[in-house]
Amino acid sequence: MAGAKQPVRILRNLNAKIAALPMIATALVIFVGCTVWTIVHSFTKSRLLPKLEFVGFDQYERLWSTRRWLISIENLAYYGIGSLVFSLTIGFLLAALLDQKIRFENTFRTIILYPFALSFIVTGLVWQWILNPEFGIQHIVRSLGFESFVFDPLYTPDIVIFGVLIAGLWQGTGFIMVIMLSGLRGIDGEIWKAARIDGIPKWKTYLFIVIPMMRPTFVTALVLISAGIIKVYDLVVAQTNGGPGIASEVPAKYVYDAMFRSQNLGQGFAASTMMLLSVLVVLIPWAYLEFGGRKNGK
Amino acid sequence: MANNAKTISASGVEPRGPKPRPMLSPRNIMIYGTLFIVAIYYALPLYVMVVTSLKGMPEIRLGNIFAPPVEVTFEPWVKAWAEACTGLNCNGLSQGFWNSVKILIPSAALSILIASINGYALANWKFKGSEVFFTILIFGAFVPYQVIIYPIVIILRELNLFGKLGGLVMVHVIFGMPILTLLFRNYFTSLPEELFKAARVDGAGFWGIYFRIMLPMSLPIFVVALILQVTGIWNDFLFGVIYTKPDNYPMTVQLNNIVNSVQGVKEYNVNMAATMLTGIVPLIIYFASGKLFVRGIAAGAVKG
Repeated sequence: MAGAKQPVRILRNLNAKIAALPMIATALVIFVGCTVWTIVHSFTKSRLLPKLEFVGFDQYERLWSTRRWLISIENLAYYGIGSLVFSLTIGFLLAALLDQKIRFENTFRTIILYPFALSFIVTGLVWQWILNPEFGIQHIVRSLGFESFVFDPLYTPDIVIFGVLIAGLWQGTGFIMVIMLSGLRGIDGEIWKAARIDGIPKWKTYLFIVIPMMRPTFVTALVLISAGIIKVYDLVVAQTNGGPGIASEVPAKYVYDAMFRSQNLGQGFAASTMMLLSVLVVLIPWAYLEFGGRKNGK
Repeated sequence: MANNAKTISASGVEPRGPKPRPMLSPRNIMIYGTLFIVAIYYALPLYVMVVTSLKGMPEIRLGNIFAPPVEVTFEPWVKAWAEACTGLNCNGLSQGFWNSVKILIPSAALSILIASINGYALANWKFKGSEVFFTILIFGAFVPYQVIIYPIVIILRELNLFGKLGGLVMVHVIFGMPILTLLFRNYFTSLPEELFKAARVDGAGFWGIYFRIMLPMSLPIFVVALILQVTGIWNDFLFGVIYTKPDNYPMTVQLNNIVNSVQGVKEYNVNMAATMLTGIVPLIIYFASGKLFVRGIAAGAVKG
């Protein structure tokens, strides 16, 4: 091979290149091309149809002075912080419980993980039913004698997003638990022996030895949860459709409605660019730690 | 792993680890108690769905959502399948079910085929720039769909695929590509290289090695990919609602239209039966596939 004349460059490995064409096209046209297209058009005054009449940051100024967008962002923040904190804590605690060399581990795992197989639409509709004030939890507790019991998140604007969060956590914590469990299983058993010989209590071993060792697992979980948070859309559409009023709107829904309902493409592009920006804020430091760190390791 | 633990503790010979504890120690009561309560919490919504879907409306109005049905009726299921109204028509969910099937089969088959070839090329036939494209692809998986959906509308319109099943299939192939390619690339990389080299020496080419050696050897990973795609595509809502017309709406979109349509009296039992019908496909796959499902979703978590 080494002695052979250099064949025409592009023809080397031609089959592989042809086979990889769909991937190359997707990477370049869809992920790079379409993203750039949207960002460029977010600076135009496109309404019903996209057109290249640039208006600078007008769309963004309008976006940030629209009440609905601000509520969406606020909801996303509550939902995001809630799902990060609770998914990580509950996911870890459940994984630690399952890791106690218990019987029926598979059964418990299967039950806790099954919601993850369901769609957000199904999830949202079930929880809409369970949280229904006339028939659901509120009704049952009241019929037990607590007449003044109030638990009606889906029709209370101030807390509606937490009603959505309950459903989201039910659907997603099993997944985080599975990731945490595989992280825990990756920890050397010797660590536990050493800690026991030193007389360190179990909870301290978890908190000060195991969790720091599981940093990569936590980072992975964090990235996956964050990617899920920004995408939250179907759940809200099914459970509350943004209501009551606009109290449970989220950015993804704002984008969809601007693009496909109110013929306000420019707003949709600007809003989606903001979503991209928020992903980059999480993604860039992570990629830097992950890949930058790996290079140094080599 | 879990099976090992089970057999060891069952036979009572466990050379390593803590000394065996009595089953009813306070520690065990706490662990199993907590897990039991958690399991009930997670199982309850499924139970409520089933129970509600088997009751008649009068019973729902009077009773408690957690109570088992006094009189079991399958009428809500029949109604959800054949007569429920979406706001446009009253043909029930059946149409959406068949639409979803029509979307699912080509989307899953094509996306897996393309991704497996991509992964194979990336693992065994690296060429200049292949890693760059792959990195872009993986980062693309993190771009919010909202940034990309509109330009794709334009592309599909140009290709005369907008609103048609073919267009939606293409979208599923595109958005399934990053994770599936990663899955296959990692799998093919983990296969012994000698295999590939021996086939090369024997004169097999790109496609020969793929079809005669790689494909037969990678059946497990194809099953994992299939589980991932079938549940993912079946559960999709956003792409379905954007890229298809009402006649072609997948089941999730129709379900949402049925349950959240404002007309008429709300029939909660029919709604829950419809929800169950939509959820049943991924649930069957989940319970039947067991560990493979876990492997599929974990594939996204383990980076290459």
